[in-house]
Amino acid sequence: MSLASILKSKLVPAELSEQINRIRKPIGSLGYDPWGYNNEAIKYGLSLTRHVYEKYFRVEASGVEHIPAEGPVLIIANHSGQLPIDGLLIGYALASRKEKPRIPRAMIERFFPTVPYLGNLLNEVGAVLGDPTNCAKMLANNEAVIVFPEGVRGSGKLYQDRYQLKRFGNGFMHLAMKYKATIVPVGVVGCEETIPAIANIKPLAKALGVPYAPVALPVILPAKVHLNFGPPMFFDDREIPEEQVTERVEQVKGEISKLIDKGLSERKRLF
Amino acid sequence: MSKQQRPRILVTGVAGALAQQVIDRLRDHCDLVAVDFREQVYLGDDIPSYCIDFNKRVFEDLFRRYKFDGVIHLGRIMSSQLTRMRRYNANVLGTQKLLDLSHKYGIRRVVVLSTFHVYGAVAYNPALIDEEAPLKSVGLSADLVDSVELENLANIYLWRYPELNITILRPCNIVGPGVRNSISTLLASERAPVLAGFSPMMQFIHIDDMADAIVLAYNKTQRGVFNVAPEDWVAYQHALKLCGCQRLPIPSVPPIVPRLILRTLNLRSFPSYLMHFFKYPVVIDGRAFGKEFGFTPRRPLKEIFRFYRENKKPV
Repeated sequence: MSLASILKSKLVPAELSEQINRIRKPIGSLGYDPWGYNNEAIKYGLSLTRHVYEKYFRVEASGVEHIPAEGPVLIIANHSGQLPIDGLLIGYALASRKEKPRIPRAMIERFFPTVPYLGNLLNEVGAVLGDPTNCAKMLANNEAVIVFPEGVRGSGKLYQDRYQLKRFGNGFMHLAMKYKATIVPVGVVGCEETIPAIANIKPLAKALGVPYAPVALPVILPAKVHLNFGPPMFFDDREIPEEQVTERVEQVKGEISKLIDKGLSERKRLF
Repeated sequence: MSKQQRPRILVTGVAGALAQQVIDRLRDHCDLVAVDFREQVYLGDDIPSYCIDFNKRVFEDLFRRYKFDGVIHLGRIMSSQLTRMRRYNANVLGTQKLLDLSHKYGIRRVVVLSTFHVYGAVAYNPALIDEEAPLKSVGLSADLVDSVELENLANIYLWRYPELNITILRPCNIVGPGVRNSISTLLASERAPVLAGFSPMMQFIHIDDMADAIVLAYNKTQRGVFNVAPEDWVAYQHALKLCGCQRLPIPSVPPIVPRLILRTLNLRSFPSYLMHFFKYPVVIDGRAFGKEFGFTPRRPLKEIFRFYRENKKPV
């Protein structure tokens, strides 16, 4: 037995490995898909995330069954907490659900592919450069895609602005309409408290070529996270003016806002 | 079938392994004439073979003498060969001459081999790039300009002279026995450089499959631009591992560091202007070609890599 397989048997529980093998992904002969997702890497990824999900953030997820078992889905959530921990937790919630789990894909910021190691690592566990073409092709492949329409506006916001939804882009709605994808809204509560930032040093961010440079403690706080998945929403693919698309986006935003309020009211304490 | 009814085809770039594979597939039922810019290749008594610069006037004599029905243009000088200037002359001006003559002598079918390099390796590339995507590689390096120019030229002729029936093929990395391009050299080597922390997704097509694709394309008169790639993907560093290559990491940040290192090393198989192709993925969508021409690659990645693993030491 090689060192790699010993490590694997220690790190990846057999049941998880089996569960992932059962989820059929459109992958090639070596376990990769066009975006760099890798069936073996996801096993390590999910085993590690399990501890983070269950022990560190003690996530409480409700309504994850709202995500259809198959077909194109856009999982739309509020973005917060400087790092894409929210995406990771939503992804794990869906991949670990008892009934018909799915491995969702997450759209990530455009600067990640330029970061050595991290960029590839994210790709291997299913994250994909946030490009409309990518999202479209994945929906055409019947994938479930996690999208944060706020983008860096959401993840980079300061602690004082917590749980205030920033402007949503309309891109996801156009794609949902075109590919007849189901939209599942998600309200994430708790991630705002993981890395509370008091300021953003814009010149530093510009110099480093990153979207923002937060002034925050160099730790990720173990805030308790609540994920509330709302009922699926469907939108027809009629040709409508942009104004009406924005109205539809607002509708989704409204749902997410309600789900956040629900999470906040459920929350007993921060940690 | 009498001799006159057999289609007569001009094949360029015959010094390359790919062209020879294409010739093997066509020689039984076509009359072929082989030319190469670089050297004269003996292909048997039935195939006249020439070493001609397309820009020389004698090239036209071939068209006068043989009355071709079609042209398969595989003679693109790769970015790792010759100087920028000579490549430009051969690839751009040479191709222009070839297309002009094809028009003048009433040729009815032209297949041009391009490369996926024209899309350019950019961090923001989506995966499964369509044929309509912009060709970004011009912005990246002057060493790839001739590849893009060749395409532009072929595209102009494609629309200006529809009767030429031009089909442009943009294959992913062509690999396999006899292939001498930079990626094949890397896979065949004992040690191959990698940019530390970057292992972009890549696609590989076996030379036999590519030759099949070219023959299929030639035989169906369907104009247009098509990507040619199998629906299978692998990360670069994983491919090296499967080929039994030791990986030599080169520091990758800030970007100036690897560029300087590669310029100093001046490796033929890992030139600085192809650096981005080892950093960012250029994954193309070959489904349109597969559907249009009924093409399915038959050699899996594992077989390709086994070949490289077992042929580390050339005989």
